[in-house]
Amino acid sequence: MTPIPPSPPVTEDELHAHVDGQLPAERQREVEAWLAGRPEEARRVAAYRAQKRELHALFDPVLDEPLPQRVRQAARAPVPWYARRLAAGLVLALLGGAAGWGLRGAVDGAVHGPGVPGAGLSEASSGFAARAAVAHAVYSADARRPVEVDAAHEEQLVAWLSKRMASPMHAPRLQALGYALEGGRLLPGGRGPVAQFMYRDAAAGRLTLYVSNELGDAGAGRLATPNAETAFRFAREGAVNVFYWVDGPFGYALAGDAGRETLARVGEEVYRQLAERP
Amino acid sequence: MRDAQQLLTWVPRLRRYARALAGNRDDADDLVQDTLVRAWSKAALWRGVADMRAWLFGIMHNLHVDGARRPRLVTVALDAGVPEAPLAPAQDEGLALRDLQAALDRLPAEQKEVLLLVALEDMAYADVARTLGIPIGTVMSRLSRGRERLRAMVEAREAPQRLQVVRSRTP
Repeated sequence: MTPIPPSPPVTEDELHAHVDGQLPAERQREVEAWLAGRPEEARRVAAYRAQKRELHALFDPVLDEPLPQRVRQAARAPVPWYARRLAAGLVLALLGGAAGWGLRGAVDGAVHGPGVPGAGLSEASSGFAARAAVAHAVYSADARRPVEVDAAHEEQLVAWLSKRMASPMHAPRLQALGYALEGGRLLPGGRGPVAQFMYRDAAAGRLTLYVSNELGDAGAGRLATPNAETAFRFAREGAVNVFYWVDGPFGYALAGDAGRETLARVGEEVYRQLAERP
Repeated sequence: MRDAQQLLTWVPRLRRYARALAGNRDDADDLVQDTLVRAWSKAALWRGVADMRAWLFGIMHNLHVDGARRPRLVTVALDAGVPEAPLAPAQDEGLALRDLQAALDRLPAEQKEVLLLVALEDMAYADVARTLGIPIGTVMSRLSRGRERLRAMVEAREAPQRLQVVRSRTP
């Protein structure tokens, strides 16, 4: 039997490289021999190996999950997923009329703006959802004056809001879903005015639709392609549920105590109605 | 489109890493989505990228660091109607894995990143250094501290359970 040849001492880095199979084969054998006489280090190495195995056991199932649609879209599209929310100016046209088309043209012109911050929209839109939730909490709790202009003067309300927002506004009809228009008001948003429509169901539960056209930064500079899919998002702020989506410069948020499913159903109806307007 | 195909092939691995990093599916997919958007915004650079994986994981790292600095309103994507699949089996082993996840969540982010890139991605240390933009010496020290810390946390959680078993057996 030949004596074990003297080899350089094993460093901490080499122990890890041994665990990870990142040592040359010869050194790998030397480290093994070194470990044979050191139970404490050998235990440590075994624990690190177990960590790796368990991390794989814990997270490898993610590899086989079906991809969520938003992720699949982001991977495939040569345009940021949210730019497609512009929905080919369809929604803009019905909402913003000529102004919407004008903006669409401007956006179309800017393909692949450099250095687009990916997190920008999520931040802008989640701030938007939070403001909608606060506005809902403040005004829906107001028993005497929940709105500035009531539904009896809907035409004036819509004309006034359209003028102040500088975009044509519409109050979606939600009677079929059990919500009657109560009225609306103008509110300060992050940078400009925001419109709030209030609805009430038979049990006096209130729902507000918060419309902002100041998410322009988030939508600007991105390419628009014809695609009618919209990313609906859900947020919860205290006791208020918010269902919201962004269409180019426009942000919509439905806020209420109603459950997520109800809000989603109403949200889709609002979206549908806005999309159907000529 | 070939570029899109190429990007798509990395998505499952980006998701796995993001899930381990963020700890839940929604935050993880936000991170993946933002990473892909950012990658497309730099698509012109792709041809110059020698190591697509280091490049993509590097983008994710930067976004994660940025995102961790500013708190966000917690949002849930509605297309995530499918309930979050339990990642671990339900038996004893599952319990141990959940312990591991809890311990992982308590690891400092910079140690967690190194540990996960090495453990899950089997990345060479030099690639980890490139991905995270840190010297290789820092990779090694973070790996060493992260592993040891994780081991200590998991063992500390296991210890009281063993004691209980011993006691229940005594008359």
